[in-house]
Amino acid sequence: MSAETLEKAIEKKPAEALFSKRRRKLVADPLIDDNPITIQVLGICSALAVTTQMKPTLVMAISVIFVIAMSNFVISVMRNTIPARVRIIVQLAVVATLVTLVSEVLKAFAYDMYKELSVFIGLIITNCIVMGRLEAFAMGNKPYDSLLDGLGSALGYSWIILTVAFFRELFGSGSVFGIPVYNYVSSIFGPDFSLATNGLMVSPIGAFIILGLIVWVQRTKTGYVEH
Amino acid sequence: MQQSNTYIIVFSAVLTIVLGLLLSGTSQVLGPMQQEAIALDKKKQILGAVISAEEIDAMTPVQVNEFYSKRIASTVVDINGKEISSGDVTAEKVEVAKFYKKPAADRQYPVYVFHAEGNPEAVESYIFPLYGAGLWDAIWGYLALETDMNTIGGITLAHAGETPGLGARITEGGVQERYVGKKVFDESGQLVAVQMMKGEGKDYSGDVHKVDGMSGATITANGVNNMLKAYLSHYEAFIKGKSSNQAVAGL
Repeated sequence: MSAETLEKAIEKKPAEALFSKRRRKLVADPLIDDNPITIQVLGICSALAVTTQMKPTLVMAISVIFVIAMSNFVISVMRNTIPARVRIIVQLAVVATLVTLVSEVLKAFAYDMYKELSVFIGLIITNCIVMGRLEAFAMGNKPYDSLLDGLGSALGYSWIILTVAFFRELFGSGSVFGIPVYNYVSSIFGPDFSLATNGLMVSPIGAFIILGLIVWVQRTKTGYVEH
Repeated sequence: MQQSNTYIIVFSAVLTIVLGLLLSGTSQVLGPMQQEAIALDKKKQILGAVISAEEIDAMTPVQVNEFYSKRIASTVVDINGKEISSGDVTAEKVEVAKFYKKPAADRQYPVYVFHAEGNPEAVESYIFPLYGAGLWDAIWGYLALETDMNTIGGITLAHAGETPGLGARITEGGVQERYVGKKVFDESGQLVAVQMMKGEGKDYSGDVHKVDGMSGATITANGVNNMLKAYLSHYEAFIKGKSSNQAVAGL
């Protein structure tokens, strides 16, 4: 998060609009300018692991949005009572509880997804974005702002992994959201016009390549340079 | 601010209790639904050995349950092929993974019978559970044998943690289709099972005991081979029993 948002967060006035400019910025900043994956380079592991197909990626994205937003909110509500010396453990306990809740709900209502995502749901606990936002924002800001900040970071994470998944599924499996696009193309243009899938895209290397390209395009546009 | 030790301990204790209650409560509420989901998943895997994945995906959970109860009968046998199913011992309750840890002779072996609708006598194929070790973790599956008790009608394979894109490909329809039509016994009646070979892209259509491998996943393939061979040998007595019955019936 940029220093700018921190300062603004401190000088906030009592009766602020529900979606004031500052608050909109909390959500909008992590989408592009301060994206957790492409700028802060956090949460890469799951971005590589779950993005072979769009459907599980979407479930993963929703899970991460829930966990980050809720943990930010809960920790922010508790922030004045949390003993400083054990704050990391407290944060972890809250995050772990939320992740377990997500995992239990998936197991009951979307067992196929639960099986497919298996350990990666549990690994949301170690997703650097979660702890990063708790330490950097939720411990020092009000609940509603923290909720928005969490939403912003999670959405920034989500659109990147969904984009990666789109290209990986399209080129790797010839489909989008499980719809066999390549087959349709072949059926329109006749059997001679068949598209080959690329096995590289199914392996994590494919995610690295796509992610690298996204970072490249984005930094060319925004002119961002790492210091 | 600096809090006292007592405060920290009380805070931690309260937090633990609150979170603990929340989690155990959730688990209590969702438990039955999870059991249902697991049972449904097992049925889908069993059916996967005899009908295509697309057909199963197109079914709603209710339809899967209905189809399963109409078309699948089950029994439990021991290593000698003797039926041991009773009120307590039913195929659906036998956990293959648990028995895997016991010596082969002490295990219970479920058999699922795929039959024509409404007529359990008109058997279409026998489905046998499989369980073994892949590269990283457990692998399992269901193998369907046609009524000649030799030709593979279909197979479903699943895994707990094989490498995505490599060993994890055993769950793909394209890999599983390679087994269809292969034979598990040779001409003299010896069990040879089916071997998944090293390397990929070769044509094994002329060899009834070999299938094309998965590039980069030889150890997973070996795991599948060992699993197939082991479980077919455990079920051999049952399989032989059935095939001799049919030979007699044919006379």
